[in-house]
Amino acid sequence: MTLEEVLSVIDGKLLSPGADLAMEVGMACGADLMSDVLAFTHEGTLLLTGLTNPQVVRTAEMSGIAAVVFVRGKVPPAETLSLAQSTGIPLLASRLTMYETCGRLFRAGLPSCGMFELSTNSWQQAFGDDSEADAEQVHPS
Amino acid sequence: MNANPGEVTRVQELVYELKIDQVMTRDVISVTPDTTLGDLKELLRTKRISGVPVVQEGALVGMISIENVILALERGELAAPVGSRMTTDVVSVRAEDTVVSAVNLFARYGYGRFPVLDGKGALVGILTKGDIVRGMLKRMEVEWQAEELERYRASHIFEDIESDETGLILRYRVKRQDFIRAGEAASKIKRALERLGAHPRIIRRVAVASYEAETNLVIHSVGGEIIAEIHPDRIKLVAVDSGPGIADVQQALQAGYSTAPDWIRELGFGAGMGLSNIKACSDSMKLESELGVGTRLELTIKLQ
Repeated sequence: MTLEEVLSVIDGKLLSPGADLAMEVGMACGADLMSDVLAFTHEGTLLLTGLTNPQVVRTAEMSGIAAVVFVRGKVPPAETLSLAQSTGIPLLASRLTMYETCGRLFRAGLPSCGMFELSTNSWQQAFGDDSEADAEQVHPS
Repeated sequence: MNANPGEVTRVQELVYELKIDQVMTRDVISVTPDTTLGDLKELLRTKRISGVPVVQEGALVGMISIENVILALERGELAAPVGSRMTTDVVSVRAEDTVVSAVNLFARYGYGRFPVLDGKGALVGILTKGDIVRGMLKRMEVEWQAEELERYRASHIFEDIESDETGLILRYRVKRQDFIRAGEAASKIKRALERLGAHPRIIRRVAVASYEAETNLVIHSVGGEIIAEIHPDRIKLVAVDSGPGIADVQQALQAGYSTAPDWIRELGFGAGMGLSNIKACSDSMKLESELGVGTRLELTIKLQ
């Protein structure tokens, strides 16, 4: 899905002037916990978050996030915008809640980042090893 | 990057950067006013050029071109001197001007060449469109080669330097609670690995691990250092601080265990996932700590 399509699906606004709206995102992740973003995303992911501090952009840079959508009508401060400018990561805004922004994109066909070893491990610790069928879909970190 | 119509290309930039004396022809073929048009015809034919400046006692007095010769041939005036047929209303360019000024003159006058004068008005060269194209291509080739060489040098550093074991050490000091700058070290490590030509998946693992380690230093320590040792086959990351130390290392390693203050949690960190995340990115990890002394986190990520 291109950023242009993302903007139309979520009825959003572009915060980074001059960003390449033809850029493709292959999957998305909704999170307010940056450690989760670092642990449960892949290169080329679209990040949806309610946090607006500059560390969101740092986190995106480190984990290869393609673009960031700020949900719930939040507008990031100038430090965040300028760090995004220097790292070249496009920023988008949505007035919708996290749930609805994610829901609209998922319904429009943008998939999640899949399953991860960290989460299947803790699942197995809690509920035992009954997920043979899912095991094949697990991505290594 | 897409080439937008409004975007300034490298060629356009070069036109503004290059000076006329960097592209002009310096060995100027010229004639004097008393040269006959017949002799000029032979000169143009043998030198395969289509026009020359006319110089008298070192000073530029006119321009004469193949059109004047054709006209003289038609009228049987090949014995006439150049001085009687030349253009005296000469448009010239200055050696220190940028190429773009000449490009504009070529477009405005439709001439094939312009004489180039120095600051004192002396003829120092001649400029054709061909000179401009050649000059720009040469410059672009030089720049391209320099760029290639730099890229090659960065990615072959380990092959170029001989030792029994070559390593590159990057050391970054991290201040306590300087949350705005947290991630700068990780960002620089990431860029260094990109320059060295490491695989993107490896770069991502190193970037995530060093970022988590760096935020740990910012949040929990009194300050410390991130040291990245890059070897041909592996990267060793060390995050070391001088306190306060971890009371129970095993507990700290459990996913979800955290001692981070609320203000850090509000910023999206401190959920107790850092160390398990680092471990997931590493091929091996070791955490040592002593209360009141400090903590040392060491991890290795293989490059192959």
